[in-house]
Amino acid sequence: MTLQQTQTDAACLVRPYGDTLDDGVVQFSFTLPLPHDELACEAARAVGEAMGLHEVSVSCSRDLGQGFSFFVLYGKMTTSVDVSRLTVNKAEFETMKKEAVDRFIQEHFGRKLVFVGACIETDAHTVGIDAIMNMKGYNGHKGLESYHEIQAVNLGAQVGSDEFVAKALELNADALLVSQIVTQKNVHLANLTRLVDMLEAEGVRDKLVLVVGGPRISHELAKELGYDAGFGPNTYAEDVASFVVQEMKRRERS
Amino acid sequence: MTQLIIDQALVDKARGSAQNIARQVKQAVDGMTTVTIERASLRLLGIDGVDAQGAPMVNIVVEHLLAQDLLGQGAVTPVVAAMERRGMTAQEVASAVACGALVLTKPDGNREAIKNKALQLAGEACRKISANRRQREEMIQRLGKGSAPQLYLIVATGNIYEDIKQATAAAHQGADIIAVIRTTGQSLLDYVPYGATTEGFGGTYATQENFRLMRRALDAAGEAVGRYIYLTNYCSGLCMPEIAVMGALERLDMMLNDSMYGIIFRDINMRRTFLDQFFSRRVNAYAGIIINTGEDNYLTTADAYEQAHTVLASQLINEQFALMSGLKAERIGLGHAFEINPDSEDGFLWEIAHAQLIRQVFPQAPLKYMPPTKYMTGNIFKGQVQNTLFNAASVMTGQTIHLLGMMTEAIHTPLLQDRYLALENARYVFHTMRHLADEIEFKPTGRIQARANEVLAQTVQMLAEIEQIGLMEAIRRKMFAEISRQPDGGKGVAGVINKNDDYYNPFPDLMQGGASDDTATNSN
Repeated sequence: MTLQQTQTDAACLVRPYGDTLDDGVVQFSFTLPLPHDELACEAARAVGEAMGLHEVSVSCSRDLGQGFSFFVLYGKMTTSVDVSRLTVNKAEFETMKKEAVDRFIQEHFGRKLVFVGACIETDAHTVGIDAIMNMKGYNGHKGLESYHEIQAVNLGAQVGSDEFVAKALELNADALLVSQIVTQKNVHLANLTRLVDMLEAEGVRDKLVLVVGGPRISHELAKELGYDAGFGPNTYAEDVASFVVQEMKRRERS
Repeated sequence: MTQLIIDQALVDKARGSAQNIARQVKQAVDGMTTVTIERASLRLLGIDGVDAQGAPMVNIVVEHLLAQDLLGQGAVTPVVAAMERRGMTAQEVASAVACGALVLTKPDGNREAIKNKALQLAGEACRKISANRRQREEMIQRLGKGSAPQLYLIVATGNIYEDIKQATAAAHQGADIIAVIRTTGQSLLDYVPYGATTEGFGGTYATQENFRLMRRALDAAGEAVGRYIYLTNYCSGLCMPEIAVMGALERLDMMLNDSMYGIIFRDINMRRTFLDQFFSRRVNAYAGIIINTGEDNYLTTADAYEQAHTVLASQLINEQFALMSGLKAERIGLGHAFEINPDSEDGFLWEIAHAQLIRQVFPQAPLKYMPPTKYMTGNIFKGQVQNTLFNAASVMTGQTIHLLGMMTEAIHTPLLQDRYLALENARYVFHTMRHLADEIEFKPTGRIQARANEVLAQTVQMLAEIEQIGLMEAIRRKMFAEISRQPDGGKGVAGVINKNDDYYNPFPDLMQGGASDDTATNSN
């Protein structure tokens, strides 16, 4: 079956591209808990076939010791995905530059907005929240501390949800920024849920814009957990600030 | 190896300032002790275990003494007095206190006799630690060890038994040093968990039993591969002295142990941290443990180029604190990192300048070089290249302890194959570039030399300023990692106790002078 034959009016079928359209080439690697021998290589190939791939070839195999072997493989996909049927759940906002965010705040709110951020609960890794909040920012994108119309308070690492909520109330926060870097065994899910529960118990959830960021955070996951938005990798301060101010404006209207 | 031209007078000036800075701090905290120093001392007397609720016996005894306002004289004498009075072991005293059968009191009677008894018991503990030290020396003599840069790998499954599998595999693949990362959050626990553990997040609980299990596994791996495998853990957080004691008793070889990290990155009270680091370093010195300091962390928070001098300044301070505690220069593993933005032009030159400068300022130190983390992305292919450049910088500048970069750094804790690929990369680069630095010279008027001069000059200036205002004020003013901490704030402040005139603790004096000279990891 060729691509043309399966295509309906609106369908947009794609498969991976190696060097020719629709060749379906994929490259992947994994470890098997098998001692390194010919049988292990055959097992690796079979894994590729079990994934639905054709023309599976093992381009590299290495002995990792202790009864483990590592493989690099190539294979070809013969099925396709229909892009027209896919939707992406992402926060709806337009990223504005720092100056535009400051202007937006002046025009629409006429006061400084208060953003409070933290790595909550057990998470000790401040790299994410620092990149968004600290003056310096990240990769040439200035952090929220540098915004004239934002009072940015970075509480740092291992801040308990109770402490975070108390600080938010004390500072009369407009937005809470939560960072979760460590996600091993899904510890972030429990941490994030705990914070939302606490905000709801205090009756302040709706008064705040609540966002979460981290390398394994998607907008979809954030919404599911009761957050207003989730930000993954390649997010800068202006993205977060733009979302927050636009969300606040939207809430004022509704 | 190729050398930069370093103005030794400037280095001496910086070092002199650092010495004064460390002395000022020592003076400021000399009249105090902490709950964890006292708990560590009780552990050395032989108190271990937990009650039915999981509370460590040493915590119960120290809380008991605190409640009666007796901790100011130290935990050792009341416990030893009770041992003498009742004919009990230290552990039996603790159990009796825990179940309410015994109330510890201010020792009456012959105070000198109690002190002598305490000294005798402390001597026994010290002999156990000395025996571990000798065993390490003997094993290194017999098996040898990895050549510098030694390959340092992390395991972090949360389950000590999985950690053991991964660590053993890593040793077989070429790792020289295994570090077991602690579960996130342990640094802020004011007690040390107990027993073998299988549940941790982003790492595994540091417990004495976990130390013992991993030591046994790495000894076996070392015998199998014909190379002593170093074991590393985290002597940091609110229980720094206790972890030092546990590591000394279970023959760990390296400890992450910084004089300021807890203050800056964990918001632990300053006095608490300074006191705890003095005691823990005394223990580490006695046990022949190599410490690793944490300056690399400054560069993940602040900019690695602009803040390079803060790393050198902090290393000089860390060095003075360590020397004061009895650590020898060849056991002070000062940390730094390869964290300059990969998009910056000539960034690799600046990395070389920084790493070579530090190498020459601390010629005997087993420098610990940390891989890129801040600018690692989900692009694992570029990540492998970033790590390759890091490996090249390390071998060219003669670094000693080389933490392997993982191409999946920004994604997840390392998979088995990630470690393999990292080891393969490092071994290839070290091998193929082994003597490159012997064959080339830094241009005296070149960019690298100029950058090193600049960083050294900034360091001298920064330390002179800190010498004027004091270290605690410098931290308050965000001079390290752009983070501010208040001298009276932070976690664990309630655990700082004023010593009474009759305070007694036999261990610091007994352990003074550190370990006898043995085979340390050394670049020379």
